[in-house]
Amino acid sequence: MDGLDDIVEDFLVESHENLDQLDRDLVALEQDPGSRERLSSIFRTIHTIKGTSGFLAFGKLEQVAHVGENMLSKLRDGVLELTPHRTDALLAMVDTVRELLGSIETAGGEGAVDVTRAVELITAAMDDEPAPAAEPAAAEPVVAEVVAEVVEAPVVVPAPVAVAPVPVPAAAPVPAPAPAAEDEQAPRRAVADSTIRVDVDLLDALMQLVGELVLTRNQIVQYVSRQTDTDLVRAGQRLNLIASELQEGVMKTRMQPIDHIWSKLPRVVRDLGQQCGKSVRLAMEGNETELDKTLLEAVKDPLTHLVRNSVDHGIETPEARRAAGKPAEGVLSLRARHESGQVVVEVIDDGAGIDPARIGESAVRKGLVTPDALARMATADVLQLIFAPGFSTAAAVTNVSGRGVGMDVVKTNIEAIGGTIEIESEPGTGTCTRLRIPLTLAIVPALTVECAGDRYAIPQVSLQELVSLDAEKAAAAVEEIGGAQVYRLRGELLPLVRLADVFGLSSDRHDGHVVIAVLRSEGRRFGLVVDRVINTEEIVVKAVGAQLKSIGLYSGATVLGDGTVALILDVQALARRALRAETVERAEQRTAASVAAATARAGAERQRMLLASIGGGRRVAIPLDTVTRLEQIRTASVERVGSREVVQYRGAILPIVRLDRHLGATSSYGYDEPAPETLEVIVYADRDRSVAIVVEEILDIIDDSEAKHSDIDDMGLLGSAVFGDKVTELLDVRAAILAADPGFYAFDTAAGSPARDDLMVV
Amino acid sequence: MSTATAPRTGTAQLATFWLDGDLYGVEVEHVQEVLRAQKLTRVPLAPPAVAGLINLRGQVVTAIELRERLGRPARAADAESVVIVVRMHGEAVSFLVDGIADVVHVDAADFEQPPDTLDGRARELILGAYKLDGRLLLALDVSRAVAA
Repeated sequence: MDGLDDIVEDFLVESHENLDQLDRDLVALEQDPGSRERLSSIFRTIHTIKGTSGFLAFGKLEQVAHVGENMLSKLRDGVLELTPHRTDALLAMVDTVRELLGSIETAGGEGAVDVTRAVELITAAMDDEPAPAAEPAAAEPVVAEVVAEVVEAPVVVPAPVAVAPVPVPAAAPVPAPAPAAEDEQAPRRAVADSTIRVDVDLLDALMQLVGELVLTRNQIVQYVSRQTDTDLVRAGQRLNLIASELQEGVMKTRMQPIDHIWSKLPRVVRDLGQQCGKSVRLAMEGNETELDKTLLEAVKDPLTHLVRNSVDHGIETPEARRAAGKPAEGVLSLRARHESGQVVVEVIDDGAGIDPARIGESAVRKGLVTPDALARMATADVLQLIFAPGFSTAAAVTNVSGRGVGMDVVKTNIEAIGGTIEIESEPGTGTCTRLRIPLTLAIVPALTVECAGDRYAIPQVSLQELVSLDAEKAAAAVEEIGGAQVYRLRGELLPLVRLADVFGLSSDRHDGHVVIAVLRSEGRRFGLVVDRVINTEEIVVKAVGAQLKSIGLYSGATVLGDGTVALILDVQALARRALRAETVERAEQRTAASVAAATARAGAERQRMLLASIGGGRRVAIPLDTVTRLEQIRTASVERVGSREVVQYRGAILPIVRLDRHLGATSSYGYDEPAPETLEVIVYADRDRSVAIVVEEILDIIDDSEAKHSDIDDMGLLGSAVFGDKVTELLDVRAAILAADPGFYAFDTAAGSPARDDLMVV
Repeated sequence: MSTATAPRTGTAQLATFWLDGDLYGVEVEHVQEVLRAQKLTRVPLAPPAVAGLINLRGQVVTAIELRERLGRPARAADAESVVIVVRMHGEAVSFLVDGIADVVHVDAADFEQPPDTLDGRARELILGAYKLDGRLLLALDVSRAVAA
């Protein structure tokens, strides 16, 4: 079995199963010869075997399957009628196929299996007059002779048929393969045993149950955290761990490598290339990237469409390529990788790219956008018009792409599974279409927020960052343009949508604070103003009833840790609903410049930093991806363990490091002054351990793209940089954490993420 | 579905409940369970009859305020509702009612078309009335009632 490669092994397992089904089908067919459905099913099975065996270069197998297929197609089309001896011939074929498969499995090749007889049998059975079986054909000698060979017809056939008089030499062909097939039973199970086919519905049900378990676990963990019984606490922690592992395990059962849908693409590309007279090389990276089966299925068609598009419209003819100074052979790359809980799939071609002018012109002609609006659009936004319903890029509709599925359908399909699609293109050098797909649909990371007293979940996929403004800052930073509120986010105007207004409720936040969740949808950014940010958690997505679906604001609901139901916001729908057309245009106009700038430096590695003040006018930048959560804790809840400060947090003991003391800053509040009631805390977590880093105030989240760095080697710092005209120190996160919890990295022998974090800062 | 619910002959079992002083009934087959007042999660912008969402052992179920659906005045603020969970087309939906009453055997012979006095909104949702001793039992069309 080791010698077999995966494809052959899959083929064997599948074929064996199919053959078992085929036996049953054939026998059943005899009872009900008219069943077109059954015939089609048999036909498909044999067709598949033929196709695959041809592909795997099993010539004999292909030969047998081929004649079988011929006969079946005639049967299916009603050209031939199914007579018992034809059934026999088919059964003989099945046996021969089985024998061949057995030989392939044990010997790795087709061996000496004789297929000529089966082929002859079928050929003969096919040549038989399509006479109705009822007519006792006193057939021509030829037929009789042939049929004679065809086996023990009398045994099977109740009705007297031509075969009856000559049973003698018959027995030979069929019994011969039959025992052979039986012999093969044992080794064949070897392959079949190592895998098991499970109904996807069962997996779905399991996933559902695990979802429930995770929720119950969350509830219990919350409850246990308030208990003092150590045994109970320990059992709770174990439950926590096991539930997580179970969740992961069940999720894995539904995972399949993306190769499953990629494996067909080389052929598609080759055929298409030939058809269009183009020479295309397909490069694939990350074939082994896994994602949920359901999602995989959902991505298949959109992906195929994108690939077709690239070959058809993207890559130029060899002549055009040479003229443009490119190699004659075009390269189409597929790349898949995991990235922050999502699967990113890119379809990249080095073709002609997309000309925004042509896109714009076409969109105007089709009335998708007014010339005025187009003139004000940024290039990146013009490209997104491709996804508008009713848009087709093909100057002439070729028979290659544009068959039914437009880019708008691709986009709809991707968004239906919670994914996003974006397109980048450089005229002359190529196009990159990027799909971001969640790993699984059932459990998604989400941010829970509060609005007008209720909690809502926002999928993390759409969340870009959080901005919290106190009353004073909010008054200055939130501006109005023609009645629409905007916030100046690092110089870029972000349209604001107040969730309470969308809902027609009144916010219960009256202190002037503004909490903005910066969301991205369909290439647009907007800020959703909520009352409060609660936290991030993994939520189990539940469907909502039809009454709520029609509202078009909620993509589902979930049950939070405390048992409360929370609605999951459909960010796309929210954006469409809340951003009125003119607001959108305005936003596009304003963001145009910065979008272009962002695209221009997209290649450069960007790092997002959390800016915090630590007192004494000093500012510290902390790489955002090391930050798990931002919290406020009550000063009163800080306890002491030996010389260290800790706080109880979510059922665990969280060591505290006060950054002002750690870095020797003069705290804005002296030791004799009363400490503030709450502490601003940055929670950093790795595996099961967390530490809380206390800062004076969290200021902003910024991009580290254009900052000027210098290396001031001070204890606890990695250097400094200039952010927004102010010198900011770069925190050595590792050192800060070790100050709070010297054992933090004790188990981290594999030099995991913390070490990497350090590197990224420098 | 509504025709299936309409009784023609024989007897049926109706789970009955009170709503604004009237007795209503739904066929017991549709009723999954009856719960006392549950914590509701409000759904902004939902049709007025959608009272919210409840957590039914981890399952999210829409709750429909039957008083609103039938065009009756809202329940007094201090009055607790009772939740009747029904299963329609494989999906669980729940109704908020004033109080639960008995399961009643009814005879098709006692069935009559909705009284003419019923107003428009309620009329669509009431299949008819069973004349019980001393009072009327209004048969609710569950599948229409859930389509809030």
